[in-house]
Amino acid sequence: MNKKRSILSNHAFYLLIAIILGFLAGAIMLLAVGVSPITAYGKLLESVFSRPKFIVWSMNYATPLILTGLAVAFSFKMGVFNIGAEGQFVVGSMAACAVGVLVDVPAVLHVPLCILAAISAGAAWALIVAYLKIKRGINEVLSFIMFNWIAFYLSNFMVNLKVMHKVNNREATKNVLDSARIFFPENVRDILGCSSANYGFILAIILAVIIWFILKKTTLGYTICAVGYNINAAKYCGIHTNRITLTAIGISGGLAGLGGAVQLLGMTGRLSKFAGQEGFGFQGITVALIGASNPIGCIFSGLFYGAMKYGGSKLSLIDVPTEIVDIIMGMIILLIGVSYTLKSDFLKRVIKKEAE
Amino acid sequence: MDVIIQNLGIIINATLTATPPLLFAALGSCFSERSGVINIGIEGMMTIGAFSGVVAALLTGNPWLGFFCGGLAGALFGVIHAIVCISFGADQTISGTAINFLAPGIAIFFCKAIYKNSSQTPSLDTVQKLPKLFDGVFPVRSFWNNVLNTYTATYLCFILAVFIWFLFYKTSFGMRLRAVGEHPKACETQGINVFKVRYICVIASGFLAGLGGAYVTLATVNQFRPSVIVGQGFIAIAAVIFGKFTPQGSVKACLFFGLCSGIKTLAANGNYVSPDLISMIPYIVTIITLVLFVGKTRIPAANGKPYLKVK
Repeated sequence: MNKKRSILSNHAFYLLIAIILGFLAGAIMLLAVGVSPITAYGKLLESVFSRPKFIVWSMNYATPLILTGLAVAFSFKMGVFNIGAEGQFVVGSMAACAVGVLVDVPAVLHVPLCILAAISAGAAWALIVAYLKIKRGINEVLSFIMFNWIAFYLSNFMVNLKVMHKVNNREATKNVLDSARIFFPENVRDILGCSSANYGFILAIILAVIIWFILKKTTLGYTICAVGYNINAAKYCGIHTNRITLTAIGISGGLAGLGGAVQLLGMTGRLSKFAGQEGFGFQGITVALIGASNPIGCIFSGLFYGAMKYGGSKLSLIDVPTEIVDIIMGMIILLIGVSYTLKSDFLKRVIKKEAE
Repeated sequence: MDVIIQNLGIIINATLTATPPLLFAALGSCFSERSGVINIGIEGMMTIGAFSGVVAALLTGNPWLGFFCGGLAGALFGVIHAIVCISFGADQTISGTAINFLAPGIAIFFCKAIYKNSSQTPSLDTVQKLPKLFDGVFPVRSFWNNVLNTYTATYLCFILAVFIWFLFYKTSFGMRLRAVGEHPKACETQGINVFKVRYICVIASGFLAGLGGAYVTLATVNQFRPSVIVGQGFIAIAAVIFGKFTPQGSVKACLFFGLCSGIKTLAANGNYVSPDLISMIPYIVTIITLVLFVGKTRIPAANGKPYLKVK
């Protein structure tokens, strides 16, 4: 009986079902348009695993997602749903881009400067929302959404600025200077067979471990989780809930901003005019949900999403719409959302049965 | 003087073209927020509505049928949101986020599947577009032509707003709807079926969002492409907050945000102000409203809280 209970209370159990059903839903969609799911999913697997360099590419795709995933997971621990990671990611990449293009210093200084600027920008962007929440009681979900869009248009505005945009091209900024890029040395990149292999992934792993450490082993982490479990109880225990809220949302925003910097300095090298939100922040929500808001779990769920994105981008080669990835991922989030209720329902039932 | 009047006419025209999608979606959002269910999936529902509307119009040749199909497609996602949030009591923000992945994903997926890997649909013929009400009544380019000769669906959305105001405040269903969003448990003890009321409201919000999306493609843009719905759904949510969660407030807010959008179109032509900065106005204004009018803009008490039946 106890075994049944431990399975039913395990996140992995529900996650597995959610992922299977997600792929099943994708398969139905594929069948509906006359594509064999086996061909499509085969191509998806092949494009990720058939060659080592594809795995490196997948890791590149995963890097920003791990960071935004960490951002969402961290604030989730405190009971705040950082749906604003998208905006913080965007201002982060804006800051990194501005410093990367306009400041000319040696690489030793340039990279940290860019990253610092991005973290501060992301944190500041999130802190405005946190401040409005604690001082004015404004629902953070609503203000996060507004700030996402303000960041989106701000970024497009910046791309259009004369100092930033390319000569005769208002659609993208100049490339950041080489001293600001975070690529591996050229020979390593050659061995890996990936032209944009960069330190970002290592940075993301280190941060995941740091965040795990903060949450599990420090007073700050403990208080954050306490606030997340029961804010009133935390207040009663003398925890400065306002200060904790500010700190946690600030760190969360900083992580998302860092994600923006890493994507910019490691992959794109410049900002382009967006037609629509790029969605790294929203994908981070998925990563956090799949990873059950566990920082280490975020590494794996980030890798999963990164691989899906990279593999998905190759699907167009066999005329399968890449959007199948969005459909699968959307289904998975929906099912994980449902699973929380099912879990408590099942557990209640099992416990009741045991009592009888 | 003539120039000023004519420009005024152009601005009013642009406002009246940009307002309806926002208003349809905002009215939908009113339904769902007032009944206690946060629906941030509005954007996705608009996208699927925009796509389905065009496909139906292309297939049948009838824009009104397309318009209706757009609404139905949105309603379908309303049903999904309702099942997940109401029956399963899942987190409403998570469900909305998932719908914002799913709905646009499905729209573009089928668009590529149907139209040979293109993420755009073919353009609509003139007969497949939503008609204008007073075509040919006023001289072209005259002030009154600009102001009054807008799409029939534009008139429709304002009539709908009046109807929904009536429904909210003058009918027993409206009273239940508002009560369910404030204190579901009290409603249940009064014999009101909380689940049923919320289901109706969330599905209605999907339907209206779908209509809003279909308006964009069937009236203004002429075709579906991924960038037709960029933020309108979120502006609609902003408008509902700005309009204090009432239909009448949402109308004013949507007109104002529509005006911003109208000015943006002009500014983009004239190169006066960056259109990106104007695009921010709705969001900034909403934040300011939230900050300044704390207490006056009251979010429905049960908003966002799943209601689980007491057994």
